[in-house]
Amino acid sequence: MSLLLREFCVYLMFENLQEKLQRAFKNLRGQGTLTPENIQEAMKEIRMALLEADVNFKVVKELIDHIQEKAVGQEVMTALSPAQQVVKIVHDELVEILGRDTAKLRFGTPPTVVLMAGLQGSGKTTTTGKLAAWLKKGGHRPMLVSVDVYRPAARQQLKVVADAIKANIYEGKVEQADTPTVERLAKEARKEAMNTGCDVLIVDTAGRLHIDDDLMSEMQSLKKLLNPQEILFVADAMTGQDAVRSADDFHKKLSITGVVLTKMDGDARGGAALSIRNVTGQPIKFIGIGEKYDALEPFHPDRIVGRILGMGDVMTLIEHAQEKIDSKKAEEFAKKALAGDGFSLEDFRDQLRQVKKLGSLQSIIKMLPSIGPFSGMQKAADKVDDSQLARVEAIINSMTQKERLHHEIINGSRRKRIARGSGTTVQEVNQLLRQYAQMRKMFKDMGKASFGRKLAGMKFPGI
Amino acid sequence: MIQTLFGTPEPTFLEKMKQAVTRTRENLSEKIDQVVAFTKEIDRNTLDDLEAILISADLGTSTTEQILSKLREKADRKQIKDVAELKRLIKEQILEILNSTPPRAGRPAKGEPEVVMVVGVNGTGKTTTIGKLAHALRSEGKTVLLCAADTFRAAAIEQLEIWGSRTGVEVIKTKPGGDPAAVLFDSLNAAKSRHTDSVIVDTAGRLHTKANLMAELEKMKRTAQRIIPGSPHEVLLVMDATTGQNGLQQARQFTESAGVTGIVLTKLDGTAKGGVVVAISRDLGLPVRYVGVGEKVGDLLPFNAQNFVDSLFSAE
Repeated sequence: MSLLLREFCVYLMFENLQEKLQRAFKNLRGQGTLTPENIQEAMKEIRMALLEADVNFKVVKELIDHIQEKAVGQEVMTALSPAQQVVKIVHDELVEILGRDTAKLRFGTPPTVVLMAGLQGSGKTTTTGKLAAWLKKGGHRPMLVSVDVYRPAARQQLKVVADAIKANIYEGKVEQADTPTVERLAKEARKEAMNTGCDVLIVDTAGRLHIDDDLMSEMQSLKKLLNPQEILFVADAMTGQDAVRSADDFHKKLSITGVVLTKMDGDARGGAALSIRNVTGQPIKFIGIGEKYDALEPFHPDRIVGRILGMGDVMTLIEHAQEKIDSKKAEEFAKKALAGDGFSLEDFRDQLRQVKKLGSLQSIIKMLPSIGPFSGMQKAADKVDDSQLARVEAIINSMTQKERLHHEIINGSRRKRIARGSGTTVQEVNQLLRQYAQMRKMFKDMGKASFGRKLAGMKFPGI
Repeated sequence: MIQTLFGTPEPTFLEKMKQAVTRTRENLSEKIDQVVAFTKEIDRNTLDDLEAILISADLGTSTTEQILSKLREKADRKQIKDVAELKRLIKEQILEILNSTPPRAGRPAKGEPEVVMVVGVNGTGKTTTIGKLAHALRSEGKTVLLCAADTFRAAAIEQLEIWGSRTGVEVIKTKPGGDPAAVLFDSLNAAKSRHTDSVIVDTAGRLHTKANLMAELEKMKRTAQRIIPGSPHEVLLVMDATTGQNGLQQARQFTESAGVTGIVLTKLDGTAKGGVVVAISRDLGLPVRYVGVGEKVGDLLPFNAQNFVDSLFSAE
């Protein structure tokens, strides 16, 4: 993909907080260094952004202190605006906390035991299924067992999941809903895994409150019994301030080895990730991103940072685009659009076709930042109609090549013909031509003015 | 209030209530006293500490700011005398927000069943809430029918059936993966011909960002209206008390698609406060109808704004 497009996305990603910070810093011009006084307003903005993302307020306080410490004393550079400087510090700090690398699953002498733990409704059973599917894809032979003898139909649920992904499951018999039954099931399942040559045993447990002493001690005895390599704390990405409490309690009582953050396909900003990581020190290993059993991904810290700061999941969009978009064409388009004569309707149609490869407009918009210049778009996403794209393409298809290359020759009678040919109206043709002219101008201006300058000053690590 | 809704409560239930209330009251006083202990006069620092309490209860920055800005003014003008008054003023403001929501919307026409649709994101406790609600209605002597319209999640139908047999209520169902609107159609027609008092509709958990799944809810609503005009009379959004600021987004989207009329705040027996419902009441005018406080059949209480406000400040 074109470097330019990539940089543009990065630029968008940090624009919102940066804009706010720019306002906060407007009085800074002419001052030599960042001081606790002159960055106070900016720290307030960062604090608000983090709190709105559900990062725990104590964690926010710590973070702000840290960020302030790093920022104060830095010289105000001319190339980088102070706002950009601070955003970079915030970004780096958050990535640092979340850990730079994707964490891996640990394996021991077979069967490796993975114990799933978490509050009710966090998504343990679904995640158990997804994890098994992921392991199977990697050549493992997982066995599943549900020791949730309490919730109605919980064990049936895992059975249905296991059947769907064609994984082995130990069902066992349950006569009484109590801890001895839970322990017996776990022991039997491990034996079964060994006998059937399964190398990983995933134990789905009942959801429980961290303050439920009886159920927490049941968890402890399960741990003692199974000696698991991994104890994964499954947490809902929508969790608010309480994430710290529950994660801390689970960690204190069980020493968790990792976290799975579920329901990341929603629009929660996911500040809980920072809180949980900060309080437990354990890595987030996976994120759940959908209801299908393949919707589990390794966790990438730098991506969620943008999301927490309200900057959208632009990295995922970039990756997506890299896979699907013809990079040579994109680069050519960017060159044309930003300089010289601008892009033609023919180029525009090319771009439309490329965009269609990325999926529905809705899904693209959803990956954009939800605040700042895009605040309206998220809402509009549900109303966007992909058939509009098809109509636009039909209009351009009905033009002659000459018309596509020289839009200025399209007069009244040509418009009428194009409308008839594409099954649209003259108004729609007019609208398209108007929008095209505006876009052309916008890109040309961007090529000339501030955008290029802004890009020149932006350098982010790891991008 | 409990008696009218649930019949005679079990002793454990009353105990739980009493316990919860005294615990929260004590903690509230304790916590606020702690806050003001080191400052004799109420000043901006005191208010900053109170801000932390409200934020940590998930009220969100803008609701917290709204509540505190008025107090800041008063504090600056030295109009707040003591801790007791500060306490009273904060509670008053939150109560005002919670109580400004409209009363219950629709009632069924005479002789027609009341339709309650239960919606929400995944894992908030919809099915459990329905079990408890069915129990409550049965205790009032009403006839109830459960509609298993969550045809998507593995074993969701079985889960509802277990609640049905626990509460002695019939469940109308279809096969897994079936059309939820179709099973709703069957349920409502069955309820009409049998003159059932209430139908409670279980729906699949869905993230509010999934346009197609939200459209499915709209379709179900239209189906209900066609069979019983004016229904669903109540659309309850089940929300997990651990939910943070995303709760506002959930409430907004579900209201747009499904016409939410009230909220059930579940899992309040944990340490989460569920303060986001204050922001929801403020921004969307949605009332909280019930709270879930445990896994037993009787662990659903009518929402009590005063108790809720007290618990926001409690340490446990």
